Amino acid sequence: MTTAPDTISTETAAIEMRGIVKRFPGVVANDGINLVVRKGEIHALLGENGAGKSTLMNILFGLYHPDEGQIFVDGDEVHFHSARDAVDAGLGMVHQHFMLIPRFTVTENVILGHEGAGGLVLDRQAAAQRVGEIAASYGLKVDPAAKVGDLPVGMQQRVEILRALYHGSRILILDEPTALLTPQEVEELYGILGKLREDGGTIIFITHKLREVAAISDRVTVIRRGKTIGTRVTSETTAGDLAEMMVGREVLLRVDRPPARPGQEVLSCQDIVVTRPDGTTALDHLSLTVRRGEIVGIAGVEGNGQSELVEVLSGLRRPDSGSVHLNHRDVTQRDPNGFRAAGLSYIPEDRHGRGLVLDFPLWENVLLGNTEREPFVYDGRIDVGETKSITGRLMGAFDVRAPSPETIARTLSGGNQQKLIIARELQREPEAVLAIQPTRGLDVGAIEFVHRQLVETRDREKGILLISFELDEVLDLSDRILVIFQGKIIAEYESGKVTRTELGLAMGGRGQEEHLAAD
Amino acid sequence: MPRISSMVIVNIVNILGSIAAIIVALLAGAVLISIAGQQPVEAYRALLDGSINGKRAIAETLVYSCPLILGGLSFAVALRAGMFNIGIEGQLMIGGLAAGLVGALHLGLPLYIHLPLALLAAMAAGGIWGAIPGAMKAFSGAHEVISTIMLNYLAYRLTAYVVQKTGKWLPVQPSLQATKKVVPEARLPRILDGTRLHAGIIVAIIAAFVLWYLLFRTTFGYKVRTVGLSRGAAAYGGINWGLTITLAMLASGILAGLAGAGETLGLQGRQYTAPQGYGFTAIAVGLVGRNNPIGIIFAGILFGALNSGAPSMQADAGVSKEITQVLQGFVILAVAGFAVLNNSSLARKVLTSGQSRRRDRAAAIGTEPDVEVRAGPPAL
Ligand SMILES: Nc1ncnc2c1ncn2[C@@H]1O[C@H](COP(=O)(O)OP(=O)(O)OP(=O)(O)O)[C@@H](O)[C@H]1O
Ligand SMILES: [Mg+2]
Repeated sequence: MTTAPDTISTETAAIEMRGIVKRFPGVVANDGINLVVRKGEIHALLGENGAGKSTLMNILFGLYHPDEGQIFVDGDEVHFHSARDAVDAGLGMVHQHFMLIPRFTVTENVILGHEGAGGLVLDRQAAAQRVGEIAASYGLKVDPAAKVGDLPVGMQQRVEILRALYHGSRILILDEPTALLTPQEVEELYGILGKLREDGGTIIFITHKLREVAAISDRVTVIRRGKTIGTRVTSETTAGDLAEMMVGREVLLRVDRPPARPGQEVLSCQDIVVTRPDGTTALDHLSLTVRRGEIVGIAGVEGNGQSELVEVLSGLRRPDSGSVHLNHRDVTQRDPNGFRAAGLSYIPEDRHGRGLVLDFPLWENVLLGNTEREPFVYDGRIDVGETKSITGRLMGAFDVRAPSPETIARTLSGGNQQKLIIARELQREPEAVLAIQPTRGLDVGAIEFVHRQLVETRDREKGILLISFELDEVLDLSDRILVIFQGKIIAEYESGKVTRTELGLAMGGRGQEEHLAAD
Repeated sequence: MPRISSMVIVNIVNILGSIAAIIVALLAGAVLISIAGQQPVEAYRALLDGSINGKRAIAETLVYSCPLILGGLSFAVALRAGMFNIGIEGQLMIGGLAAGLVGALHLGLPLYIHLPLALLAAMAAGGIWGAIPGAMKAFSGAHEVISTIMLNYLAYRLTAYVVQKTGKWLPVQPSLQATKKVVPEARLPRILDGTRLHAGIIVAIIAAFVLWYLLFRTTFGYKVRTVGLSRGAAAYGGINWGLTITLAMLASGILAGLAGAGETLGLQGRQYTAPQGYGFTAIAVGLVGRNNPIGIIFAGILFGALNSGAPSMQADAGVSKEITQVLQGFVILAVAGFAVLNNSSLARKVLTSGQSRRRDRAAAIGTEPDVEVRAGPPAL
């Protein structure tokens, strides 16, 4: 910890929120929250899924109006009517789900909302230059002329940060900024935030990862079910304490996992080749096998063929060559419902673009992928009552916090959306599960729960293939770990026989030679 | 406290929004009428008089509503799948032509066989005319707005051709620019003595309930709506996008074909070669009814009333009946405006911070960039 928060405690707070209340139909999202953020600190905001963190920050940023409560910026009370007011007051926000326009360039995205009276007629060159300067001064490596839609997630996030800085933000709100980042990108983000703090910036940082709280924050505030539980100096607290404050009970940060007793093969692919539209090879004669009763984890740096592999294994994409077998059946030519019929469940990596129809109510989302399946559907007719009651039961069993099965999925907090998807996929009693980033955005309690569900599913003699960019998750959960690199499996490890460091090295393609030599 | 589901709230908000929009439109119309130097109150009284006062007036309103309801349904089912069907006019005409030709044949069949035959012919013809642009989009990505407009012209010309040139083997009457008179056994019966009201309105209302059921209670409708809202989720859910949009366009064309049949078999007694423009008003009806079949019944009746009340407004209040066209325009604008307001929290965010919320950046791992950008049907 480089700064000493106590030395600035006498100054006015950068942000003070007092008694914030926000109600939505059927939920009190914020129930009298207090938050004090000091100038020049990195303040972590911690809380369960649906605790009300995003709502609180949206209020701070002028996107929602609080029903009650006061907000002070630098000691002065403010009443924001829109995000623009907040920006004018020196705030900037990077949302949980980014808000960039994919078809625009980095510069265009950054200057949006700041074009001045001339609208889009503006001095692009000067703007691009300024964007470049800001980027350089914070070590935000990003090409101002690149199209945002073409950038990887980590880069897109930098564009969001750049936006905030360009608009003169001194107080930066980051809503789960690391959820989508690779470990390397997280390190780089830490560097950027540290620099911002040195320059006197104030940062509010929402996360579910206790390790991150410890690594970067000066102080941390925990909220639970819309109420403030307390604020602590980070260096004076422990992960266990924080987890308990968050969830209200003791949390197992690591699920107990009896040794696997692998049985027969249940999911496998042989010699899969996939070529990307640009002619590069995504999957290069890749083969793998998942047996009943085991969790196979795939570790790898993003972009090494994981997404193509998932598409092939879920029926979303036909491989150029090779075959996929599920429960002893060749399913290579089937569509996603064909895979489901053969016993697959698939927890997708992209809950908004793939796993949910955001404008459907929860019960219609439970129907997704179940349209050919009783008791949801008989002869093409939907059994609405039954689907709703199943949804209600799943919400109970998986602790999906929402007023009712009729609630529109869009209004759920990110973590609760994820839990709904997991509930839907596991209720199907699958033979094999593809779990892609299954706990992204979940709080520690929910992660414990999902991990336990996956282990229990395994122990019911099902096979699980886990793909995660979260190394700890792969290490904690997998019975076997495969490393994917440039479309090939280049290493395989038994559970507990590999360290984080070794795995990290293998993921970078190092150690490949030795491995091949050992074959 | 009784818990009101958010679906119900959404519906109530939609209905209130539509009603408010109509009020705003009427007020704007009143201003316009005053500017023209006439009495808005009297004009509206005459409008009401001509559209709902008495059996005849109500009958006329419903007569106008019939093609508008069916056309509105046609527009709605396509839009639910994310398809903007501008081709209702052409599908309607082709449907009317098929109904007119089959209906004018002297087959010696009883009503309960000949009429359904004529209706089926209209549905088949309209359905094909609708499915073509759907299939074109599914296979080659051809945009439906372009292809449906082109098919409109094709429909007009084909009708003219059939009427002019096929007299040898088809029942047409080139001198009248129309098909031959539909035989009594193929006419949609009148259902109210002394008026022009025919059974087409019953067909329209039944069609609305059937479509509601299909959309919200069957997997067909579920697939249509999913495809319209999120192609990514549809693919994940094993829903074939191309097939689904083609089927939705088929359904859309069938409904438009029925609208044409209602005019031919119920009202005119034959199919003329001149397009009547119902297909375009139908788009407005679909939007005002917010793509909900039940809402469309009411929207269709509203627009029908504007049409049927226009003559008496002109006769009794001296207000040009064209003003009703302007009123229709106002209603559409106001509904569109309210829809934007409805999404206001969202719209406001997007506008004020210059950011698009449609696309979730979680999408970045392994999805086609275009999947979620697509907005699906506007929430009108
Ligand atoms: N626009 C909305 N309409 C209705 N309910 C909402 C809306 N936004 C949030 N909520 C509800 O408010 C509660 C708090 O949500 P919020 O998004 O603030 O949680 P969060 O702490 O950010 O959770 P997560 O860690 O899962 O992102 C949830 O129960 C959510 O369903
Ligand atoms: Mg959140």
